[in-house]
Amino acid sequence: MAIYDLSVPLSEQAVRALRVGDTVRLSGVMITGRDAAHKYMVETFIRTSTVPESERPLYEELRRLLAGGVIYHCGPVVRQLPPSTPPASSQGGEGSGGLLSAVSREGRWEFVAAGPTTSIREEVYEPEVIAHFGLRGVIGKGGMGPGTLRACREYGAAYFHAVGGAASLIADTVKEVLAVYKKDEFGVPEALWVIRAEGFPVVVTMDSHGRSIHDEVEQTSKAALERLLAGS
Amino acid sequence: MDDLTETFVELIRRASTELPADVEAALQASLAREEPGSPAASALQTILENVAFARAHSSPVCQDTGTPIFHVHYPQGVGVRALRAQIEAAVAEATRRAYLRPNAVDPVSGRNSGNNLGTGFPFFHFEEWEQDVLRVDLLLKGGGSENVSTQYALPYAPLKAGRDLEGVRRVVLDAVYRAQGQGCAPGVLGIALGGDRGTGYSGAKEQLLHPLDEVNPVPELAALEERLVRECNELGIGPMGFGGKTTVFGVRVGAYHRLPACYFVTVAYMCWACRRATVEVVSPTPTRDGVGGYTDGADGYIRNGHIPGKVRLSGKVRFYDGDL
Repeated sequence: MAIYDLSVPLSEQAVRALRVGDTVRLSGVMITGRDAAHKYMVETFIRTSTVPESERPLYEELRRLLAGGVIYHCGPVVRQLPPSTPPASSQGGEGSGGLLSAVSREGRWEFVAAGPTTSIREEVYEPEVIAHFGLRGVIGKGGMGPGTLRACREYGAAYFHAVGGAASLIADTVKEVLAVYKKDEFGVPEALWVIRAEGFPVVVTMDSHGRSIHDEVEQTSKAALERLLAGS
Repeated sequence: MDDLTETFVELIRRASTELPADVEAALQASLAREEPGSPAASALQTILENVAFARAHSSPVCQDTGTPIFHVHYPQGVGVRALRAQIEAAVAEATRRAYLRPNAVDPVSGRNSGNNLGTGFPFFHFEEWEQDVLRVDLLLKGGGSENVSTQYALPYAPLKAGRDLEGVRRVVLDAVYRAQGQGCAPGVLGIALGGDRGTGYSGAKEQLLHPLDEVNPVPELAALEERLVRECNELGIGPMGFGGKTTVFGVRVGAYHRLPACYFVTVAYMCWACRRATVEVVSPTPTRDGVGGYTDGADGYIRNGHIPGKVRLSGKVRFYDGDL
């Protein structure tokens, strides 16, 4: 079980080198997305013949962010900073025009608590999101199903398990909130938050070679359950 | 200050940002049992670092601050409506201060209310009691573990589970197996035997308010709890479902009278972040004239408390977190 420091966007080569059980510290720009965001992305961009004109700017932005990128299953607790607070880095917000108006109008945000949410709810969407956007990594908790495992193998992606509930510690690795999309429509937990993280701690539990710790633990615990129920 | 709103904000802050001492000690003991360097040990290490970080920075232990579940015991004469209004105001204020995530979503419109107030949200249980003490217990019950909570009706043929404690044991093991790591293992189980479907779920959650080391007064249930902790851990699911020695670090079973036709077993799965806190407002002599003497709170969290309306609760405010 190796330890890696990786930067987002991830190369296929870097992801293919990862094996289940490896510890990784991720740095770079990533985006949060959970139930509403996945449903939105798949219905508006993927299972459709034309992307509505109103959603085009966000679509282009997501295509840029998610190519080789990482999506984080997370609904954070956020805090608003005073409007005058300067961005932590020079690359924050205003350059991309109207899209980021939520950031500049309301002041900047910071992540207060940001652990992973249960990933399996996105299983019906994730394989399509990986294929469509060229995603290289999914961060969440609890693991995902056979569709995502297959997509990881086919497209060269990995599932990164964050520690569920380690919310304050993870929020501390989120150095900057660059933008937020769909906050008013989806609410704070469900919005798409574009963040810059440094040293986000995860464990690879599904790799691009078809292995899943979750499948393996399920099988051994099933055998243990059968033993316990037979032995009484 | 003429009400208890700020006291309730403090109660919420403590529940959200400070894991109870007994829960933290149980997690420390779990770490000591795991193989050093294993994914299980590393998960527990991260958990404990996070617990310390959250306490030091007064930030939520987990971003899913859950459903706030308030169990309120109040002395005779206290206005429940006023009390509810103050707790609701405290919930909204605690959300504004980012101790709570806005968590109340309308299932029809999909809109988040933004302040944790909504229909049936937060959850309240009010009960008048004989003591001249107002006691508020708060449990923050996260959604990931709520999703793996479950209810069985005995007899349950697929597991050969009959209407006895052996049947209970069989379905509880099945529930923990099915949950895998999804409920943020290692977890605590609150279990209700009997009741109807509704009281089963609320009763199971009520069990989670008991400290981990409190011995069940019913000897059969105490024995069952001990056995279930041991056997759940033999499943080997481990922290986060990474595999390991601790899957469950506490089980508490309560029994409720059931209908002859029904035998429900309800399992409330609580994640490792078993967040609970208690405040007591002691009022040895509630005065009904509204001019009773005020005593400063012993630990300074509140100068004096006043439930508008009939009774003044004055005097000491005490917070407990797991070591009651």
